Amino acid sequence: MADKKVGRIVKVAGPVVVAEGMTGVRMYDVVRVGNLNIIGEIVELRGDKASIQVYEETTGIGPGEPVTDTQVPLSVELGPGLIESIYDGIQRPLDLLMEAEGAFMSRGSLMPGLNREKKWHFQPVITDGTKVSPGDIIGHVQETTLIAHKIMVPFGISGTVHKIAEGDYTVDETVAVCKAEDGTENQLKLMQQWPVRNSREVKKRLTPNSLLITGQRVIDSFFPVSKGGTACIPGPFGTGKTVVQHQLAKWVDADVVVYVGCGERGNEMTDVLTEFPELKDPRSGEPLMKRSVLIANTSNMPVAAREASVYTGITIAEYFRDMGFTVAVMADSTSRWAEAMREISTRLEEMPAEEGYPAYLAARIAAFYERAGRVQCIGTPEREGTLSIIGAVSPPGGDLSDSVVQATLHVVKVFWSLEGRLAYQRHFPAISWLTSYSFYKDSLKDCFEDKEQGMEMEKMTVDAMGLLEQEAELLEIVRLVGAEALSPTDRLALETSRSIREDFLHQNAFHDIDTHTSMPKQYEMLKTILHFHKQGIVAIEAGVETADIFKLAVREDIARAKYIPQADMSKIVDIRKTIEEQMKKLHTSVAT
Amino acid sequence: MLSIKEYQTVSSIAGPLMMVEMVDEAKYGHIVDIELADGSIRHGQILQVENDKVLVQVFEGTRGIDVENSTVRFLAKPLELAVSPEILGRVFSGLGEPKDDGPPIIPDKRLDINSKPINPYARNYPNEFIQTGISSIDGLNPLVRGQKLPIFSGAGLPHDQITAQLARQATVLGKAEAFAVVFAAMGITFEAAQFFINDLHETGAIERAVMFVNLANDPAIERIATPRFALTAAEYLAFELDMHVLVILNDMTNYCEALREISAARKEVPGRRGYPGYLYTDLATVYERAGRIKGKKGSITMVPVLTMPEDDKTHPVPDLTGYITEGQIILSRPLHRKAISPPVDVLPSLSRLKDKGIGEGKTREDHADLYNQLYAAYARGKEAQELATIMGEAALSEEDKKYMTFADKFEAEYVSQDYYDNRSVEQTLDLGWELLSMFDNVELKRIDIKLIEKYMPKFRKSEREA
Repeated sequence: MADKKVGRIVKVAGPVVVAEGMTGVRMYDVVRVGNLNIIGEIVELRGDKASIQVYEETTGIGPGEPVTDTQVPLSVELGPGLIESIYDGIQRPLDLLMEAEGAFMSRGSLMPGLNREKKWHFQPVITDGTKVSPGDIIGHVQETTLIAHKIMVPFGISGTVHKIAEGDYTVDETVAVCKAEDGTENQLKLMQQWPVRNSREVKKRLTPNSLLITGQRVIDSFFPVSKGGTACIPGPFGTGKTVVQHQLAKWVDADVVVYVGCGERGNEMTDVLTEFPELKDPRSGEPLMKRSVLIANTSNMPVAAREASVYTGITIAEYFRDMGFTVAVMADSTSRWAEAMREISTRLEEMPAEEGYPAYLAARIAAFYERAGRVQCIGTPEREGTLSIIGAVSPPGGDLSDSVVQATLHVVKVFWSLEGRLAYQRHFPAISWLTSYSFYKDSLKDCFEDKEQGMEMEKMTVDAMGLLEQEAELLEIVRLVGAEALSPTDRLALETSRSIREDFLHQNAFHDIDTHTSMPKQYEMLKTILHFHKQGIVAIEAGVETADIFKLAVREDIARAKYIPQADMSKIVDIRKTIEEQMKKLHTSVAT
Repeated sequence: MLSIKEYQTVSSIAGPLMMVEMVDEAKYGHIVDIELADGSIRHGQILQVENDKVLVQVFEGTRGIDVENSTVRFLAKPLELAVSPEILGRVFSGLGEPKDDGPPIIPDKRLDINSKPINPYARNYPNEFIQTGISSIDGLNPLVRGQKLPIFSGAGLPHDQITAQLARQATVLGKAEAFAVVFAAMGITFEAAQFFINDLHETGAIERAVMFVNLANDPAIERIATPRFALTAAEYLAFELDMHVLVILNDMTNYCEALREISAARKEVPGRRGYPGYLYTDLATVYERAGRIKGKKGSITMVPVLTMPEDDKTHPVPDLTGYITEGQIILSRPLHRKAISPPVDVLPSLSRLKDKGIGEGKTREDHADLYNQLYAAYARGKEAQELATIMGEAALSEEDKKYMTFADKFEAEYVSQDYYDNRSVEQTLDLGWELLSMFDNVELKRIDIKLIEKYMPKFRKSEREA
């Protein structure tokens, strides 16, 4: 690689630089631009001229400066050390950059994605003489208390393993040698590389079959997403997209979470960084950081790196999926990614499609979400991994006809529609129950060990949704002719719907207990609310005044059921007994 | 070091843009001086370089520049602000040159006004409550140090009074620390700017203020640089002199219009309403400069003001701003007509950073539950108000009527206050309890029962009697 191609800059326009004398370079190769050596990627070739999208600010760069080809596409380093890291859009560790350069980001910094000094303890699972092919697991590194990092044979390498030994290694030391049939020897290291724009290979793709439990009631019970599924959250600003994303990143029952802050606020990433090491995973009791990888390319950081950040995130996620883990990617926000594409496209003077977005917008979005899924991983031992993608979308003015929203809705299977109206009432999560949908609802019943309970839960959610739909119609009537015109059962339906909304769907992300609700607790809570409804109908039929039913003290218990800790769940069952007792009293007073 | 080169090779001028040819060694983003035939000097910045052709945006406009007799000097440096502690108390033009009668600044250093992005890892999460003395902010949308909280206003709404009140009253409880105000005026009227400056004079705060003033009749293109000058001064004060800086940017809509003018002149593909597609990114490079940094004492809190054309929140400027800033304070014309001042539209207003800035040890333990309940009750009251306008009050249920009364009282007593009324956060919280006391406990679902028993005035009275 001695004679790297060197070209010369002829044009600088914002994040796009054009260089000449670039014959022989390939599309999407990484280049170093100008005297500052800043990083760019080739996005267009015309004769010997190459257009380069530059990952850093281009002020001070001018014609005549050199451009050097590195002859590799934009890639990420994959290996032990990813977990607990925080990277920018092109996998530069932000913590180390700060140590080296201070609080502000300088240009032209080179910093490998994985720490080269740290030693990891490698525990082989195969012996010398084993024949291996790509994807085969050769050993483990206990990366954090939660993650046993599996070391896999990189793609393109197969043969017989020699000199494999347990011990402490850095990521670029050789842990084994793989001798191919033709005699070539490849060194196996803890680390491998992968170009971010290509999806990693799998043996077979499978359809998703189980739910990703998030602890968020409106999601799990009404609009669930599956392991290996895709979801999108569009909504105007201030409706809580980011809070929902953070909540999912915290409580989702995945082994690994990759959080991509793409063109969003700096302080939000700081929030994640300060919270995750302190918050405990409800299943393992370990800090959440021990299963998380963070990518932070905030809105004021260069746009081209923002464009790359979602690819960096998804590639890291695919790598963990290949180990057989359940992985979830949160991308906040895909609109900023699309805008970065638009900006680059404009500078390349491409013909725009809708709203100035490039014509390939929909194709890129579809291809991104298609990297999710449940798969049979390549290599031995046989294993299954899943990768779910949850993307936030920030449509201008909250307008869902926006190109990015529409392109996303074409491919995702779950739609959580955030509504400004709900947010103004401080109904959070502001996910509209009338417009959202999920294609994975059938799997809800399988989330319970008890089959019957699962069937019951499914029926209850259908009933509850029916009530909410009825409420929308009834409110229309109330608006036209007043509440007096409603029959007692309709009035009860209105009150129960209000209870479902306020006591079940509404969930306080900042309350210690309410922030996360297990599936059994969701079941008990919903059952209690609907129990009140059923008992109410019986009471109305017996001649009890609706006003008396609404005044029952037990309603306060129902409202506060969400604050009952997981351990005291029997108290929710007790509420149902109280409902029966208090209703009985009403019956007797009517009878006398 | 590049030498300064002069060229007389201007080839074309169109709108605010000028093309210079046969230039070598021009760098993107660097500045130029343009000397006109009459010896006057204008300033410009390089927008694009292609081979030996350089596209320059001229801050003061191109009127009077001719192709043959103008000289362009390439200064081989980006736009810079000369800073020293002496900048406090001074007034600068929108291009960072002293505009008052004071002496020139002897610079300690010159700073690139574009700065560099803060490494997200180096940020400190903003969590120190700032008491503004305004109930609708302190009680419901608390501002914290290092936050960027814009005011979405409209023509004819009193945003100038509110920003002046903020500059006058904002303090962090229990702390006396070096505090400064940086004010950037972009295309606002002389009157509006003077109102603010006079207010600072009256309170003596002028000594601790730095002003960058681009008035409505000053060159429009200059406005693109003005907020960056202001923020460079703020960064210097905050991160080098350890001060807590409140930055007021008024009015960001004018800034965006200047950006649109340049974009149109460059014949770029326009985004929504003619604004450039990169408006979000550009605004982010302004707004994201607010914050706190690990290991530094100072902070930058930012209150940008923008006027929404036709009070439309979905207009690109407020829309994209709302996506970057940490909440927004929205002013409402109907409230203003009802003589509620400040006319803060409570429901769509929001402070995203409030949750970590309030509560025990910061404001009071009941703060979070209380504002949740106030919101919910006010939202319901607003619904009832709407219903009443459609069908008449008679059609409302007893409950709805109660909520409507609450909403009216809430607007008149809680939201409305004098511009010189500086309420402590305790006063604001107690006022909230006072208003909620008209409801039964059962209705106060959002508040922990223990807090109701502790803070609700009617319970507190019975406690005293017992």
